[in-house]
Amino acid sequence: MGGYAGYVWPCFAFACVVLAWNLWSARRFHAAARVRAGRALAMAAGAES
Amino acid sequence: MWTWFYKLASPPYVYGAAAALAPWFLGLAVLTIGYGLVAGLVFAPPDYQQGDAFRIIYVHAPSAWMSLFSYTSMAIAGAIALIWRIKMGHAVAAASAPIGASFTLLALVTGSLWGRPMWGTYWAWDPRLTSELILLFLYVGVMSLRPAFEDPARGDRAAALLGIVGAVNVPIIHYSVQWWNSLHQGATVAKLGKPSMPGSMLLPLLSMLVGFMLFYGAVLCMRVQGEVLNRERQAKWVREAIKS
Repeated sequence: MGGYAGYVWPCFAFACVVLAWNLWSARRFHAAARVRAGRALAMAAGAES
Repeated sequence: MWTWFYKLASPPYVYGAAAALAPWFLGLAVLTIGYGLVAGLVFAPPDYQQGDAFRIIYVHAPSAWMSLFSYTSMAIAGAIALIWRIKMGHAVAAASAPIGASFTLLALVTGSLWGRPMWGTYWAWDPRLTSELILLFLYVGVMSLRPAFEDPARGDRAAALLGIVGAVNVPIIHYSVQWWNSLHQGATVAKLGKPSMPGSMLLPLLSMLVGFMLFYGAVLCMRVQGEVLNRERQAKWVREAIKS
């Protein structure tokens, strides 16, 4: 990297971390919302019966 | 056209469309980012002035572009929600904010690491850098404002308003290098006439930009699904949706 490795590689490493965090947090957010929706529907079904 | 537009007001339609699009966006993002990384890091020649340090452009420029694109999308979604009272607009705006904030942070950090060898400093209160930092604060403000209200509908409206008002910062960031004296270099690709880069450097950059946009689309779809479920958890259609 012509003497710039100490600047170039951390940029790409941080980009990987940011992209991975985005993917992980979006999946976790969706999964948590599914669990909450499931609980809300179960409670509503329990209240009806 | 209006039929399609009004379909966006339907939570089951938005949820289904987001679920169908996310894997396609993600698959295409992996391909384009993969090509951009290999071509940018291995095959692109070093810059005649900046040497190999210029390769930081392959993550810095796409993340900076995406920070503006994401904010503009958030502001437009907020405006649609306020003007046409389409609640899904608030869901898209809420989903867009954390993604945009992360791209803004990435642009600031990579810009700082690029600035050290080129300008001799990690940070300067330069118009482009300062306005990009303000963009990060606006994202944080929008994300903090929404849950600050007990009534979620009021939180949505307040966040949408802040998003729309803050959109004035987007053209300031874009044109800051033309309007004021700036350490930051001028436009390389998005300018009238020919881009000031040879094809061997430009193609990986465009590939990374397309890849980042597709990645944004994929993550936005996943987050929108979560937002829709959080807002519609009492609806009957949700039962079928979470079974699949």
